[in-house]
Amino acid sequence: MTNGPNLSRPNGSAAIRMVDLHRHYQMGETVIRAVDGVSLQVRSGEFVALLGSSGSGKSSLLNLIAGLDRPTSGAVIVEDKDLAQLSREDLAKHRLRTVGMVFQSFNLVSRMTLAENVELPLRFAEVDRGQRDALTRKALERVGLGARVTHRPSELSGGEQQRAALARALINQPKLLLADEPTGNLDSHTGTEIMNFIREFNESLGMTIVMVTHEKALAERYAKRMIFLADGKLIDDQTNSTAVAANLHEDRR
Amino acid sequence: MKTYDLTELALRNLRESSLRNSLTTVGISVGVASLVAMLSLGIGLQKLATRHLAKSGLFDTVVVMSRRDLRGFGRDDERNTASAAESRTLDESARQEIERLPDVLEAYPDIRFITELRFQDKPHLTMISGITDSSRANDAFSGIQGSFFSSENAPEVILQKSFALELLGKATKPGEEDEIPVAEVAKPLLGQELTMRYAQRSQTPSSSEESASPKAGKQIEDSSDAAYSVLSREQKLKIVGVSDLDPDSMRGAARARVFLPLKLAEDLHVMQPSDLRDSMRGFNKQPSYSTISVRVKNPKQVEAVEQAVKKLGFNTFSILDATRSLRQFFAVLDLFLGIFGSLALAVASIGIVNTLVMAILERRREIGIMKAIGASDGDVKKLFFAEAGAMGVLGGVVGVALGWAIGHVINLGTNIYLKRQALPPENFWSVPWWLVGAAIIFAFIVSLVSGLYPAARAARLDPVQALRYE
Repeated sequence: MTNGPNLSRPNGSAAIRMVDLHRHYQMGETVIRAVDGVSLQVRSGEFVALLGSSGSGKSSLLNLIAGLDRPTSGAVIVEDKDLAQLSREDLAKHRLRTVGMVFQSFNLVSRMTLAENVELPLRFAEVDRGQRDALTRKALERVGLGARVTHRPSELSGGEQQRAALARALINQPKLLLADEPTGNLDSHTGTEIMNFIREFNESLGMTIVMVTHEKALAERYAKRMIFLADGKLIDDQTNSTAVAANLHEDRR
Repeated sequence: MKTYDLTELALRNLRESSLRNSLTTVGISVGVASLVAMLSLGIGLQKLATRHLAKSGLFDTVVVMSRRDLRGFGRDDERNTASAAESRTLDESARQEIERLPDVLEAYPDIRFITELRFQDKPHLTMISGITDSSRANDAFSGIQGSFFSSENAPEVILQKSFALELLGKATKPGEEDEIPVAEVAKPLLGQELTMRYAQRSQTPSSSEESASPKAGKQIEDSSDAAYSVLSREQKLKIVGVSDLDPDSMRGAARARVFLPLKLAEDLHVMQPSDLRDSMRGFNKQPSYSTISVRVKNPKQVEAVEQAVKKLGFNTFSILDATRSLRQFFAVLDLFLGIFGSLALAVASIGIVNTLVMAILERRREIGIMKAIGASDGDVKKLFFAEAGAMGVLGGVVGVALGWAIGHVINLGTNIYLKRQALPPENFWSVPWWLVGAAIIFAFIVSLVSGLYPAARAARLDPVQALRYE
């Protein structure tokens, strides 16, 4: 498939729209084309998996959506804002309010307790102190960590750390959740646990999910759309009927 | 991020790597301590000097002269600008007028004359001057043997040590007198009587008949209607005190060695050197003073009072210029002490830069995380600033306490030394509140400046690269 049909989708419901997006890195003499002319559209409420082998540019693409990186050329429009045109300040605001991120290596601040980690985005968002405590507690309870608020990340299992990271990603109620290999460092049991949380956010909160993974099986099980990348180019875009069917099956239960 | 959150996060971060941060803070403390110690020593010394100088009465005194007297100095230009009509007589009404000027504490005539004092039937010729009751606070009388005058017109006398030695027939060579303790000199003299022989000027009603016939003593008549006669008198005086130091040193060659209560000196109407000159020139419709000493409330107001007195038509003299150069000297001294004190703080600021740059390397990943979850460049920059500032304030507070303690110990040690040398203790150590505040603010500013580069570097960090960093 080509990326033609994606662009023809109505703009009004688009959460993410990329137009001829490039991200090139200069490595000495050679230019690495991490993202090389991707055009893509993700509708609001979609659960998209970005698949590809390592070096295919899937993480680079995710970083562009997250506003952690800027494109070399092209446009990446998230929630009606072209990130390429935003100032550094506004890009930080985008990361703070529009997107939430989880990573393979959890990326919790090791010197802070779970509560402090989850509270951190609220501090940057200048939320009042009294409100912060309640919101933090609620978010941690939601991921089943209500009893571990004063623990440090090193005192927790990988699954617990990733759950805390999910709580932190959701604390400012973003419209998008960006997950970079969220189960990569976890065993299959805890991985499933995390994926169930992510699916729940997608279905009950209506969050748009973009997940980077190299495990096709995982994508097939949870994502409703799978986008395949190779050498920075989009090579396939499929609607995942299996996941839809599985969901229907679970709903019926 | 809100300031409170920022401070809280910064303090939290500082506690995490507590050894390194506390060592850096100790560095700042030592810097601030040396700065505070140096400056408070400078300020203390300045206070000590000003205290002694203020007591000497040199710096708050303006001497007022009549413009006429300047003719004696051969200043023809003065003569042209201030004609006899403009120039005023320095008399009692002028004294009262000067005393009413703002910031004037008192104005008193300067009565000094050379006359003969007889002690145990031996005559001694010396300069005598009248001093006010307020002079008892003068530093020169702090080591007085005996006491100050019992009242403003008591027939009493205080001798300067050198004159006391002369009365006793001891040490005449200069320098030698220092070796004899004043108590030893005073012992045989206190309570003894002196006889002062002097020429009294007495007012006589003027008429041609009277002035033609000579009266008691020598009579001088001038062309005007006023006249006075000069009588030879004697006055018995009791020695009540012997002063160690010279309270009249400002006068140089004209300094007095024997002091009378001013009121007594006035009442005696001793013939003044200026009287004769005035009478020759025909000015003396009423007795005038040669000079008036004006004491000002505060040395700072000397200049203003001088201007005011000049407007009244008199000439003035003060050693304001001397205080000015003294202040200049201490400003330079403070500057030098401050620079040496600041050197340690400069070294400490390099410590701050080092600590924070290390912290950036160590916390690269953490900075990346914070940026990924929405921290702006400004948030990261402010956080590092807050950490630098917190170390500065903490170091400043500890440093001020340390500096105060160091100074206290130095002061204590020096006073023990002074005591051994049988000298009175001195407090040459002063930590004013403004120095406490200024030192802490200075430490804060220095640490913020030191945090400038690390903070900017942390803010510029690329989050993608920082997150990749393990």
